[in-house]
Amino acid sequence: MPNPIEAAARATPAPIARKVRGLSDRAIAWIFVAPTIFLLLAVNIFPLIWTVRLSFTNYAANRPNREVEWVGLRNYTRILTDEGTWATMQTTAHFLFWTIALQVVLGFTLAWLINRKFKGNDLLTTLIVLPMMLSPAVVGNFWTFLYQPQIGLVNYVVELVTGIPASSFSMLGPGGLAPWSIIIVDTWMWTPFVMLICLAGLRSIPDYIYEAAEVDRASKWRQFWTITVPMVLPFLMLAVLFRGIENFKMFDMVNLLTGGGPGNETLLTSIDLKREAFEKWRTGYSSAYAIILFVTVFGLASIYVKALNKVKER
Amino acid sequence: MSAYSVTEPSKASKWVAAALVVLYTIITLLPLVWIISTSFKSGPDSISYPPKVLFEPALEGYVNLFTTRTRIAAEDFAALPPPETWYDQIVRDQGMVIAGQSRFGERFLNSVIIGFGSTFLSIFLGTLAAYAFSRFKVPLKDDLLFFILSTRMMPPIAVAIPIYLMYRELGLSDTHLGMILLYTAVNISLAVWLLKGFIDEIPREYEEAALIDGYTRFQAFRKVVLPQAATGIASTAIFCLIFAWNEYAFAVLLTSGNAQTAPPFIPTIIGVGGQDWPAVAAGATLFLLPVMIFTILLRKHLLRGITFGAVRK
Repeated sequence: MPNPIEAAARATPAPIARKVRGLSDRAIAWIFVAPTIFLLLAVNIFPLIWTVRLSFTNYAANRPNREVEWVGLRNYTRILTDEGTWATMQTTAHFLFWTIALQVVLGFTLAWLINRKFKGNDLLTTLIVLPMMLSPAVVGNFWTFLYQPQIGLVNYVVELVTGIPASSFSMLGPGGLAPWSIIIVDTWMWTPFVMLICLAGLRSIPDYIYEAAEVDRASKWRQFWTITVPMVLPFLMLAVLFRGIENFKMFDMVNLLTGGGPGNETLLTSIDLKREAFEKWRTGYSSAYAIILFVTVFGLASIYVKALNKVKER
Repeated sequence: MSAYSVTEPSKASKWVAAALVVLYTIITLLPLVWIISTSFKSGPDSISYPPKVLFEPALEGYVNLFTTRTRIAAEDFAALPPPETWYDQIVRDQGMVIAGQSRFGERFLNSVIIGFGSTFLSIFLGTLAAYAFSRFKVPLKDDLLFFILSTRMMPPIAVAIPIYLMYRELGLSDTHLGMILLYTAVNISLAVWLLKGFIDEIPREYEEAALIDGYTRFQAFRKVVLPQAATGIASTAIFCLIFAWNEYAFAVLLTSGNAQTAPPFIPTIIGVGGQDWPAVAAGATLFLLPVMIFTILLRKHLLRGITFGAVRK
């Protein structure tokens, strides 16, 4: 497609064309894009290359004077053969699966209900969206208060509703509830995101499709499964992609809520990585770990995007 | 609209839907209401069981948030002159005296400086880049756009390791400038994507007319495109600001004494025997309230921006 600006410039008579003064478009394009690219190179790409380099060494950032040795692929083989890494990956997979499943079900249901267009639905939408706008660290920290054993609001409400005595369980302590506690908080925070994307999907379905279905005497149930669901699916898959990437990187909320504990019950990859890099100061080892995580997200996301495009084409 | 429409939900289904959504809203807002109410509780009220819904409001949390306090020997305490101010009184009531100011004010100010600084820079650079991507032939355009987006896939901790080393070399550790540059780099990908969408929507004919009238490219950009894109720029700015305001991972790893923002600070507020919950809640309230108010006031732009940004990608 020819650039309309160039076409216009060529079509313009000479005296007017001369009035288009200043730098050429090409120069302006570069001047406008260069700072962004430079910043991303300096703060994203250069560090990434540096991480790759460090991942082949035994460098420790807290001992800058120690002689740095090249260790080849040792860091990588150690990480991939370490049982702890796989346990962490499993914990992360559990967290990812349940947060996404709950958020998809709740988010879609809410969007579907809000799309009934009752009075005041926009105000309620805004109120529901509030949790996702707030600092996950500050809110996550406050959830430890809500989860306090014996005195916490959550235990109290559970006793009130189910009759299970509040002092008999601890949401963040030993007993296996901690992985579910972080899933609850994440679902509370991010269901609105899935809801908003689904709502955009629902609103993109033109009315005439339902009208045509009605003429064909399709039942509401059938309309839901043959029109609503397939047309929202690409949106929903997109929401899942974003939640997946974000939760694979999850650090702030969980770090403040459990710090990976009790024991290693909620040790997600990012928290494990932080321990290796900034508590044990195994910089070389954790650089290799970082690269493995990055490749994993990137690989999974690419495969997923391919699937998404197939759904969109249908 | 009185005509019968098959797509208009029935009255009953609207009522059921509204009731369920209201129920969800109440449950989801409960933790936020609890933060605000805890900030007005006294220490003992905040940890009483069963949790107190009705209580006598106290400003203890807010006073404790802004001060540091110490206990002094009983005979010295008895010999003190009567408290001079209302906040002296509140601290005395807890059996302590004010020792000095806490660092909360500084941390809050850091959040403001770093938040607004990085937002300004992201928007400034992002608008330029978005305009170029929208209007000109940039070589490898799609690759560059994908590259810009893919930088968001890296876990912050993974990026933090080399940034930590790099900043140590450059003397940018724990500085406002370092954090502003870092947050700008994180935000700019989103900014370019969102802004490109907004600028794409502005018809090129406007600028072409301006060019023919003798404007230079720069003038056309400044006087024609920018005013048209103002709404888009504003909503993008809010997203950048909220991200920088809320960010925790980089802040906790790369800052400590000088440029630390509020999110890593608030969880460290401790009182006697653990966290001082009314003070933590007071800090959280002051920190979260601006975002809540912003969200409610600017809901139209924000909600559109969230779906727009995500769906476009």
